[in-house]
Amino acid sequence: MATILVTAGGNAALETRDVSVFYGSNEAIKQVSFEIPRNKVVALIGPSGCGKSTLLRCFNRMNDLVPSARVAGEVLFQGEDLYGDHVDPVEVRRRIGMVFQKPNPFPKSIYDNVAFGPKINGIDGDIDAIVEQSLHQAALWDEVKDRLGDSALELSGGQQQRLCIARALAVTPEILLMDEPASALDPIATAKIEELIHQLVADYTIVIVTHNMQQAARVSDYTAYLYLGELIEYNDTNTIFTAPAEKHTEDYVTGRFG
Amino acid sequence: MSPADSDRTFRHFDQELGAVRELLLTMASQAEEQVRAALTAVKHRDAQAAIHTIEADHKIDALEIEIEERAISLLARQQPMAVDLRMLVAILKISNDVERVGDHAVNIAQCARRLAEAFPIASLDEFDTMAEDATGMLRDAISAFVDQDPDKARAVLLRDDKVDRSNDAVFRVMLALMAENANAIVPGLQMMLVARNLERVADLATNLAEDVIYIVEARTIKHHIADHELEGEHDQ
Repeated sequence: MATILVTAGGNAALETRDVSVFYGSNEAIKQVSFEIPRNKVVALIGPSGCGKSTLLRCFNRMNDLVPSARVAGEVLFQGEDLYGDHVDPVEVRRRIGMVFQKPNPFPKSIYDNVAFGPKINGIDGDIDAIVEQSLHQAALWDEVKDRLGDSALELSGGQQQRLCIARALAVTPEILLMDEPASALDPIATAKIEELIHQLVADYTIVIVTHNMQQAARVSDYTAYLYLGELIEYNDTNTIFTAPAEKHTEDYVTGRFG
Repeated sequence: MSPADSDRTFRHFDQELGAVRELLLTMASQAEEQVRAALTAVKHRDAQAAIHTIEADHKIDALEIEIEERAISLLARQQPMAVDLRMLVAILKISNDVERVGDHAVNIAQCARRLAEAFPIASLDEFDTMAEDATGMLRDAISAFVDQDPDKARAVLLRDDKVDRSNDAVFRVMLALMAENANAIVPGLQMMLVARNLERVADLATNLAEDVIYIVEARTIKHHIADHELEGEHDQ
């Protein structure tokens, strides 16, 4: 029995309907239906192997890249099923950006990392301005403005991760997916990423996967708790961490298992 | 939208904590105002004003609940440490104490209602002094919290004994008055109750001052654990 108390009230950035994900015959996600409200931060939590990253990857068709993976059900983005026949996965990934656990800048200059997306997407306009604005939004501009030509690989891990966020923002997505964006970073760099999430949510919808429960508590508006591929509870974050509806959720957030 | 434009490390948590502090200050000011209003009703034998004070108490109760909910949420979600943790724990304790101050204001207002209908007795210097001292302690304890000033808080602690003595004095004078004149029994008892409630208000102001010292210095100064230290610092 699941408790799903968050609805987007007609203002969903994403909605899943009976989404299941199979790896071969193994059902990694089991008929998950929920809505992600626009301009909110939604955290997906649960013990290792619960399917939270798999679910996140459904939102920009990253599971397409796994040969054995098969997605059933619907993922609706602006009323349209992302898995519909005529949908271009490249366009999906432009509008629904992703930031990964390990910062993965291209071995190019800081400038080129951010300019790359707009250029290959044929975006007309002032690329310099897009680069500057994206770096501002990612709270990195002041640290790199005097060395935009330097290699991105010379940046610290935390700076590289913010650069990857700037790179994702440069192609003007509507949703940002973050898969453990701070797990490879030290506490100071982590705090910067978390502050950044608080800033970005004014303009974007953010879905974050984290194995760090405290981080989910700090940054998210709503939290979805998954266990063995099932959505057990989806509630406002306050409730999840102070008075969860499901005993199972309580056992997890209090550290009784997982 | 560009936090890096500022050198200052901005913390979402500071904003949230600041908002809860503001709420607590609003609540404390209202409670102080309630005590003063109840005392004015006593002085002017104004039953209407007393009723008004009694009816306004629910605002303080509502603020207490809101502060408690937001503080618990911050504890659960932000995992505050060190001074942030002490501040939040103190906010929970203070809001509880301030709510009690509000209840004492209601008790005093109820006495004021009864006094308005009772045999009039002469005003008493000891009582006026006590009222001024107790409300002054509350005002200064709130101010110590606003300024996070432990010295101001210590000064509040030192004034509690005087209020206790005034309470005893009011008690004795009222007893004498009641022994002399049976008409004074009803108003005399009410005045004793008012004084008793004021004495409690001063105690709660003392708690608040102790909490300020705890927040700023991480030291527990209560139950006279550090009396010698207080005296030592102020006798110089």
